[in-house]
Amino acid sequence: MSTTIRASSGLNWNRVMTIAKTDLKQLIQARDFWIPMMLLGSIFFIFVPATLLFTITNIGDVDVVERMSETLEVLPSSAQAQIQGKSAEGKTGYALAVFLLAPVVVIVPLTISTAVGASTIVGERERGTGEFLAHSPADVREIYMGKLIASLAPGYFTVVVGFTIYSLLVNLLVGPEVGGWFFPTQQWWIMIVWVLPPFLAICLSLVLRLSARVSSTAAAQQASGLVSLPLIMIAYSQSTGVLFGAGNMPIIVGGLAWVLAIISLSRGLRSVQRSRLLGVAATG
Amino acid sequence: MALSDHFDVRLRTVSKSFGSVDALSSLSLELVRSEITVLLGPNGAGKTTAARVITGAIEPDTGDVEVFGVDPAGPDGEQVRRDCGVVSAKPSLYDRLSGLDNLRYAASLYGLGTGVEAEARIVEAAKQFEIDADLHHKVGGYSTGMKTRLALARAILHRPRLLLLDEPTSGLDPESSVAVLAMVREMTADDRTVLMCTHLLSEAEGLADQVIMLEGGRDLLNGDPQSLSQRFWPSPSIDITALHGPDLDRMALWPEILSYDRVEATAHVEISDDTSPADIILRLAGDGIRLDSIMPFRPSLEDLYFAVRAERRAPETGSDETPPVGESPKSGRGELDRSRPTARSAQ
Repeated sequence: MSTTIRASSGLNWNRVMTIAKTDLKQLIQARDFWIPMMLLGSIFFIFVPATLLFTITNIGDVDVVERMSETLEVLPSSAQAQIQGKSAEGKTGYALAVFLLAPVVVIVPLTISTAVGASTIVGERERGTGEFLAHSPADVREIYMGKLIASLAPGYFTVVVGFTIYSLLVNLLVGPEVGGWFFPTQQWWIMIVWVLPPFLAICLSLVLRLSARVSSTAAAQQASGLVSLPLIMIAYSQSTGVLFGAGNMPIIVGGLAWVLAIISLSRGLRSVQRSRLLGVAATG
Repeated sequence: MALSDHFDVRLRTVSKSFGSVDALSSLSLELVRSEITVLLGPNGAGKTTAARVITGAIEPDTGDVEVFGVDPAGPDGEQVRRDCGVVSAKPSLYDRLSGLDNLRYAASLYGLGTGVEAEARIVEAAKQFEIDADLHHKVGGYSTGMKTRLALARAILHRPRLLLLDEPTSGLDPESSVAVLAMVREMTADDRTVLMCTHLLSEAEGLADQVIMLEGGRDLLNGDPQSLSQRFWPSPSIDITALHGPDLDRMALWPEILSYDRVEATAHVEISDDTSPADIILRLAGDGIRLDSIMPFRPSLEDLYFAVRAERRAPETGSDETPPVGESPKSGRGELDRSRPTARSAQ
């Protein structure tokens, strides 16, 4: 028999990870889900940046570069001071890669994780598998955490893969114009490692709570859209601020997001009830 | 408070409502250790809710639930659920996963882990339910019978002390139903306590050590099938078919005949304890009545079920046709006779 990993919280992490892994395994089998999501990630991380950066750095359309250069003047002075590049093309490419395209990294994982999370609990109920979980020894908090991890993982995985490809693209297309490989910058690392995860967690804690309460996957998707949209906007603006900002600003934004995420997650832990997995709680 | 050695499960005046619907209404029941208890009742009688209350999946509004001496909805509920194996009416399997992955998932959740022992248990359970050859296929491609067998294998994987089977033959063809019921019988060979919910009386026949009949979330009656039959039919009964049915009507006046009821050529008669069926046959033959068949009446659970329901309806409708429990129905099977004349004539 395997060793049980039980933290001071009383959660059995073996079971949490089992639930998460099983959900992910099912997701991998669902081509109708991950193919559109992969396309979404490709558009934001590969096609759009590649087209824009290639146009600016290689085609050398003077008009386009000039217009883009003018746009850069609206950036905060702290951001403008960071822009590197020997030529107008290089500076424009740098600014585009580091500042203007950056927030897409927030939109993609939040969209993917929201789509997974919205159906995760209500989906168990709709498929009838909630009955199995409801009768199982798994604690409802373990079920919640398992579902959270299973929803978080695809979004964050997309970020890691997308970010890696994006970094390669940026360095290959803009690097020669600014004297070598420069991406990711320090702010980008902070955003990916410190700022993005709590925003994902906040969004998912709300989405999972909805998923535990609504009566159908369709309703969960609708409601999650309403909840996640403002969060995406906030995350977008905050991540932009992180990249533009200097000093401790990114650390502070991330820290506040982590506090909110922990509060939201601890409240979410109470949202799953066995009866809700069976679909009988609403009237109960 | 610990349960006595005799019972694994005890529900006392348990009620549960969903909105305005009373799923359980002051239900009390006890499951005797190592016995098969069958919860009988029509759809909506509260069978599934009772099973869910036992594992703690649903908390009752009022009343006490004890399973292995523990409240399953309380902080120690995990202990209870670890010792329960559940097969629900819908098999609750993950269609996108293989049969093997479904079993591995259960093994891990129930604390068997992922090691050699867990794998050995999986193979053993799969072989027991003859699903081992299909374990690597996705469950979405399984037939209903295969899904049920996989669900049964999953339910016993962790060797539970209590098995809860909620209509395990639901949606199966007759051949698969027979096979699954045979498997259920095998599952009880290891001294497990079993609760099986069904609305099919034929399934409970010969399987149940104890029968609990539910209706509207209440228990109509409970006990072992033999003593329940004894309560409703305390005296021996026989079904006699004559070539000319009305010839049998003279029996109604004989003192040793306690009740007489004829449908077409067949009479159902209840005879006094000190009379043997042979005496009746001899007397009929002596009167020159030509008999076609004589069958001792052995009440089935179906007979019992209809008799109980008839008895319950009698006070509501003000009918005095059906006597109280423990007394012999004056007209034999009374209400039952009128509800199923064809079956009786055929005997």
